[in-house]
Amino acid sequence: MTTIEIHQKLQEAFGDAVGPLSEPKMDAFAVVKGDRIVEACAWLKKTSGIEIDFLQDLTAVDWPKRNVIEVVYHLFSFPHRHGIVLKVEVDRAAPVVHTVEGVWKAANWLEREVYDLFGVTFTGHPDLRRVMLPDDWVGHPLLKDYQEAGGFHGIPNLRENPLVELRRLDLVRIAEHLKANPPPPPPPPAPPAAAPAAGTPPAPSTPPAAPKA
Amino acid sequence: MSKLVLRRVDRNNEEMLINFGPQHPSTHGVLNFLVETDGEVMRKAIPDIGYLHRSLEKIGEMVGYPGYMPYTDRIDYLAAMFANEGYAVAVEKLLKIVVPPRAQYLRAISCELNRIASHLVSVGTMATDIGAVTPLVYALRERELINDLLEALCGARLTYNYHRIGGVAFDMPAGWQEKVIAYLDRFDSSVQEWDRLISTNEIYRKRLGGVAVITREQAIDYGLSGPNLRGSGVDWDLRRDAPYGAYPDFKFDVPVGRGWAGTVGDCYDRYYVRVLEMAQSSRIVRQALEKMPEGELTAKVSRKPKPEAGEAQSRIESARGEMAYYVVSDGTERPYRLRARTGSYMAMGIIEDISPGLMVADLVALIASLDVVAPETDR
Amino acid sequence: MSQFSFAFPKPGTKKLLVGASLAAVIAIPALLSSLLVFVVPLIQKPMMDALIREKLGHEPATWGGTQWIYALALFLAGVVMFTFAAIAGGIFSWYERRVAARMQSRIGPNRVGAGGFLQWIADAVKLLFKEDLVPGEADALIFRAAPYFVVAGMTLVLVALPAGQAIVVADLDVGIFYILAVTAFIVVGIILSGWSSNSKWSLFGAVRATAQIISYEIPAGLAIMVPVLMAGTLSTQGLIQAQGGWPWEWFFFRNPAAAVAFFILFISQLAEGNRTPFDLAEAESELVAGYFSEYSGFRFALYFLVEWANLWIIGAVASTLFLGGWQIPGVTTQTWAAVRGSGAFPAWGWWALQFVSLGVFAVKTLFLVNVVIWIRWTLPRIRIDQMMTLCWKYLVPAGFAAMLFTLLWQMVALWVPMVERVTALAVLLATIWVTWRFLVQTRKNVSLIAHERVDLSNW
Repeated sequence: MTTIEIHQKLQEAFGDAVGPLSEPKMDAFAVVKGDRIVEACAWLKKTSGIEIDFLQDLTAVDWPKRNVIEVVYHLFSFPHRHGIVLKVEVDRAAPVVHTVEGVWKAANWLEREVYDLFGVTFTGHPDLRRVMLPDDWVGHPLLKDYQEAGGFHGIPNLRENPLVELRRLDLVRIAEHLKANPPPPPPPPAPPAAAPAAGTPPAPSTPPAAPKA
Repeated sequence: MSKLVLRRVDRNNEEMLINFGPQHPSTHGVLNFLVETDGEVMRKAIPDIGYLHRSLEKIGEMVGYPGYMPYTDRIDYLAAMFANEGYAVAVEKLLKIVVPPRAQYLRAISCELNRIASHLVSVGTMATDIGAVTPLVYALRERELINDLLEALCGARLTYNYHRIGGVAFDMPAGWQEKVIAYLDRFDSSVQEWDRLISTNEIYRKRLGGVAVITREQAIDYGLSGPNLRGSGVDWDLRRDAPYGAYPDFKFDVPVGRGWAGTVGDCYDRYYVRVLEMAQSSRIVRQALEKMPEGELTAKVSRKPKPEAGEAQSRIESARGEMAYYVVSDGTERPYRLRARTGSYMAMGIIEDISPGLMVADLVALIASLDVVAPETDR
Repeated sequence: MSQFSFAFPKPGTKKLLVGASLAAVIAIPALLSSLLVFVVPLIQKPMMDALIREKLGHEPATWGGTQWIYALALFLAGVVMFTFAAIAGGIFSWYERRVAARMQSRIGPNRVGAGGFLQWIADAVKLLFKEDLVPGEADALIFRAAPYFVVAGMTLVLVALPAGQAIVVADLDVGIFYILAVTAFIVVGIILSGWSSNSKWSLFGAVRATAQIISYEIPAGLAIMVPVLMAGTLSTQGLIQAQGGWPWEWFFFRNPAAAVAFFILFISQLAEGNRTPFDLAEAESELVAGYFSEYSGFRFALYFLVEWANLWIIGAVASTLFLGGWQIPGVTTQTWAAVRGSGAFPAWGWWALQFVSLGVFAVKTLFLVNVVIWIRWTLPRIRIDQMMTLCWKYLVPAGFAAMLFTLLWQMVALWVPMVERVTALAVLLATIWVTWRFLVQTRKNVSLIAHERVDLSNW
């Protein structure tokens, strides 16, 4: 069965809760109303001839301009080798959608990941915890307007460039070295390239060679 | 925000809560399992991942389409070719590029060699986790030679960055073909050696047979894929059933778990499916080298491709299951959203529900047989 | 097929260095064996009395210094046996790593001394310099004391374990029973270390080890009963003297049940020594390092010393009970008496024959040690329930059956002495056939990888 046929049957069963299939220029998808998604998924799994038994992927896309988060369901059927992509649009301010964990167990961890990284709450989920990030992390990083909190438990997310300090130490060492072994005065017909200027010390990694007397 | 509330362990009923990781010899990478045990028998093992989370999906939104390719290597550093290929296929789908046949063949060869290397690590560490240290060294010995071959092909031994959007980066170096054939001749006999070494070992079969059985229905329900799915008796391989790239040109068998050491879907089936798959990969590489067409290495792709707004998903049969990249474009030169679905992440989800009643030693076998690799779960 | 080209020493190495390290390779085992051969027989009571009478000129029964000399001898015996255990354990640690490396197509330690022989000394020195760490929440006293229990359990075994015709510190009448009893002492150390470490992994490993060792004492004890019944004594020297030098005089071949009992004993000893496939107590992939997870430095070294010294004990007990011990083919009790002469001190020929008997014993023991090492680097680990099943459902009933069979067998052998000879021949032929098949299969396996050169240049 092609995606279009599945979509037609889905629309017949659920009416206007299932939106039109998107332009099939790439992967086509259909937007389903959030409150019917569990029913739709269960229907897709149960109906003979469709029997979508494999939740291949469940993820989300954040659209701040449209003020929605799309939850994307990639569905596939092993016996019939067809699939369809469903989407649910949830409000960005209060992203809530019912879990499909009851339909496919695979949704358990996939929804946890979406909850963790997008902050979408899946009502009815048995174990909705953060999965990648620590339990007390602030914010949901895959949102487009996510701002880093500036460190975590005193671990900064920015640090000073260590090269700056190394450079300073090098300069101190070079200055001490020059103080101990003052360079001989430049010979009278000094070409400008031969005499090292005071402001441009040599490369930091190599200590300056003692000037040959 | 709901938190994991650890049940207070009752001192009277002899239960123990153990942190199995994050630093532990048999957690492949950095993982943690909170194991509730009653003596040797586990009540439950709760996976706690995220120690290797490098926000690769977020990085994908920051760099351009071609610039993300080196990052995909880090998604699964034991099988980086697949991560490369999955991403390339997804973007090619967005850009509607047709990859030249020679590049398709080179992709197949590099991926199959990488599959052998990855499975070698998997079965080798499996043997080590069961307590036989020697087979790992034999596996790594074979893998070293593959690393050498892939290094000759693309200059890197682990993070290959070989595939490009629209093709591959380099052609085969001179004489490489013969080296690969010579290696495969040697490798085919080493698969038999592997069987003599460990697969037919009675203790090994007893340790793995009938342990942590994942039924066919469970495997599909939990979204397992790749060798884990086939180990449970589902005859499904994307290379054969939803072919991509050059795979329609090749003849190969798809090994499926048959309950070699007990029940279909036990640890031994998942293990042995991998061993058999290595031999099939070798077959594919031979065919690909034989039929190798001449032609371009890459299709014409601009340096800063701007796919039109839309979305595409690629499905690749990776060594660790189905790797699916879901790329959303908004018409700019960076992906709007980039999502990598990996096999290990889904395999991790089943451990909590399979673990009750297993022994602590079986947990090690279960983790090893699912071939969970931390960078792939955490991304 | 393969080219053997030994590249040691490297060109440019100091000759003195090479000579010293090669000398150490020869001198250390030589010193160790002469220590055993010359010191252990001397500290026996008759020899001591003779020493006091002849060399010091006192009558041992009346002289006041006798007890001091005895005490000194006991101390000396302790030093000798512990030195022997420590050095043998060290050498086995090097040997096991070399064998493991060969089995895994690696090279193994080959830098310290010739062929890496002195690696174990380097390791010991390194471990001695490490901090003796005690975990913060540990029970410090017990944590510190636990390794000594383990070491004591191992060393005490050596008291009754023979290594030659006269090389046994004390030939106890209950020798083999004593060995069984003091081996269990190790359990005390293990459970103390596991409990006191205050680590769940250590506790896990300790409980596993305890369950395992105590369970396998039973099949080991039953298997030991078979040679005891055949010899009619518990003394280790008595057991060996009841056997002969030739293979058909060994207990292993004289009785089909004894061959079974040998394997029961061997498996039980693997389990008691926590060796693969019974290394559940220190299962690296499950329990990190088991009961000694929290140890470091010297105390950690003690655990490993015991583990490797146990290799000698495993081999020595099995060869004492079943493989004729130190009996030299063709040398009987009369020969020994004749060679010794009638003087207060034995003649030089006797000492030389002691060396030979030590050599015979060492060859048998080292062969078994080799087998243990091969097993360790070949087999996976079994699970705890399988381990218990093997013990209680298979080994214990088989042990009982072997014991009962031996009882009947002894009676039959009394009536018809020929039976024993015939069986011995049959079992011997069967063993030769198995060995032959083993060699043929090995040759086949080697020829399968004939294209791979065995490169020994970097030995």
